Amino acid sequence: MAVITAPENEKATAKSAPVRGRKRRVRPIVLNLIALAIGMVIWNVGAALAMIGDLPGPGDVASRTGEMIGDGQLFENAWASLQRVFLGFLIGNAVAIPIGFLMGWYPVARGLLEPYIQFFRTIPPLAIIPLAIVLMGIGETPKVFVIFIAAFMATVVAAFQGVTNVDRTLVNAARVLGASDGVIFLKVVMPASVPFLLVGMRIGLGSAWATVVAAEIMGAESGVGQSMMQAQTYYDMPTIVVGVITIGVIGLVMDRLLLLAERRLTGWQETR
Amino acid sequence: MNSKISFQNVTKTFDLKDSVFTALDDVSLEIEDQEFVTVVGPSGCGKSTLMGMAAGLVTPDGGQVEVDGAPVTGPGPERGVIFQQYALFPWLTVRGNVEFGLKLAGLSAEERRKRAEQAIDLVGLTDFADALPKTLSGGMKQRCAIARAYAVDPEVLLMDEPFGALDALTRVQLQDQLLDTWTQQKRTVMFITHDVDEAVYLARRVIVMAARPGRIFRIIDVDLPYPRTEEMRLSPEFAQLRNEVWHAVYHQDEPQDAVAA
Repeated sequence: MAVITAPENEKATAKSAPVRGRKRRVRPIVLNLIALAIGMVIWNVGAALAMIGDLPGPGDVASRTGEMIGDGQLFENAWASLQRVFLGFLIGNAVAIPIGFLMGWYPVARGLLEPYIQFFRTIPPLAIIPLAIVLMGIGETPKVFVIFIAAFMATVVAAFQGVTNVDRTLVNAARVLGASDGVIFLKVVMPASVPFLLVGMRIGLGSAWATVVAAEIMGAESGVGQSMMQAQTYYDMPTIVVGVITIGVIGLVMDRLLLLAERRLTGWQETR
Repeated sequence: MNSKISFQNVTKTFDLKDSVFTALDDVSLEIEDQEFVTVVGPSGCGKSTLMGMAAGLVTPDGGQVEVDGAPVTGPGPERGVIFQQYALFPWLTVRGNVEFGLKLAGLSAEERRKRAEQAIDLVGLTDFADALPKTLSGGMKQRCAIARAYAVDPEVLLMDEPFGALDALTRVQLQDQLLDTWTQQKRTVMFITHDVDEAVYLARRVIVMAARPGRIFRIIDVDLPYPRTEEMRLSPEFAQLRNEVWHAVYHQDEPQDAVAA
C-alpha cells in the first residue's frame, strides 16, 4: 500500500508546488545575475586586500580587456586559436565519422580498429604534444594534429556507438518495405546516429579547445595561450586573466552553439 | 492449390548456452488467399518466428516457406509487416513514414503524396499528417504503422501482436478498423496475438500453437460471418468459440473434446 501511495503523494506535491510558489518564484536569470554580482564583489575585495598575491581586480582586467580589444590584439589571438581548433576539428570529424560508421556496420572493421581506438582513447591529447613537436616541428602542424586527435577520438567512438545502438526493429521495418542495405544505412542508420554524433562532437570540441590552449602554452607564435605565456614572462597579470576569461567565454559560446544545433537536429527524440 | 502462404515442414532451433531451443518443430500450415488467420499460443511457441519466416526476416533451418508458390528468400514490399513496437522512424513525420516505402518503390513525388494521403485518411490520421511520432499516442502510432504498410498495397499483411501494447478500448477500436479496411480491400492476413478474444473476433481460422517444441496444437474454424459486429462479440456462439480457443491455449495437457462438445 505504502509503495503505491508514495509516488501519488509525490506527484501531488509536485503538481501543487508551482501553484503555491508562483508569486514568490524568482526567475533563474535573476539568480544568475545576483550570483555574478556577488562574485564580482568577492573578486574586487579579494584583489583590494591582496589576499591572493598580485591578483588584479575586475577594474584592471576590464581596462586591459578594453585596450586589447582596441588594438585588435584580443581578436587576433582568439582568431589564431580558433582557426587551429576549427581546422583540427573539421579534419578530425571528417575522418572519424566514416571510420566510426565503418566500425559499427562491419564487425571485421570493428575487430581490426577497436584495439587502437580503445588504447589511444585513454591517452590525453596533451600527452601527444611532445612527440608531435619532435616529429612535426614547432609550426602549425603539431598543434592542428593534436586537436585532430582530440576531436577524432570523441567522434569516432560516438559514431560507432550510434550505429551499434540503432533499433533493430527500425532496420527490419525498412527491410520489409524493400530497402537495400545501402538505403538502410543512409535512411535509417545515419539519421538514428545523429544524436550520438552530436554528443561526441560536443565532447570533442571541448577537448579540442582545452588542447589548443595547452599546445600554444607549450610554444606558438600566436594564439590566446601564447599571449598568456608571454604575459607571464613580463609579469603582466591583467593580460593573463583576460586570457583566462577569453578562453572561458569562447568555450562556452562554442558549447552553446553545438547544443543549439543538437536541439534543432534531434528534436524528434522521444525522451528528452 | 490456392494457398497464398505455405509453410512446409519448417524447423528452427536456437543455440542457448548449454542447450538447444526448438522454436519450431516440423510445422506445416497453408493460408489461403484473402484469408484472415490469427495465431495464438503460449510464449516460446514460435508464433513470431513463424511469422518472421513469412516476412523473410527469419530463415528456417529446415523446410520451406512459399508465398504465391515462390520460395521466400528475403523481405519484400508485397508482404507488409506491422510490429508490436510500431517501428516508426522517429525523425520522420506521419507523412514521411507513410511515404518511406513509396519512395523505395520509385514513385513520383506527386503519386507518393496521393497514395500517402489515401492511406493516412484510411486510418483517420489526416489531421496529424505532419506530426512527429513522439507527439502521437500508442494507438495513433500503430495506425500510422498500418498506413505505412497499406500505402505500398501489399497482398499479404503480417502482424506481430500489433495491438498488444494498447489499452483495451483502443484495441477494440483498432480491431474493428482493421476488419473494416480488410473487408474493403481483401488481403491475406496473418495476425499473431496472445489475446484469445482478439484471435476469435478477427479470424476465419485460429491457429493454436504449443511450446517446447514449438508446433501447431489445434486449428479452430470460426464459423461466424463477416462483417463481425459487437452483437456477435457478445453472442453465445462467440463465447463457445472463445472457450474452445481458451481451453486449447491454456489447458493443452487436458483432453480437448470436453469443452468443444
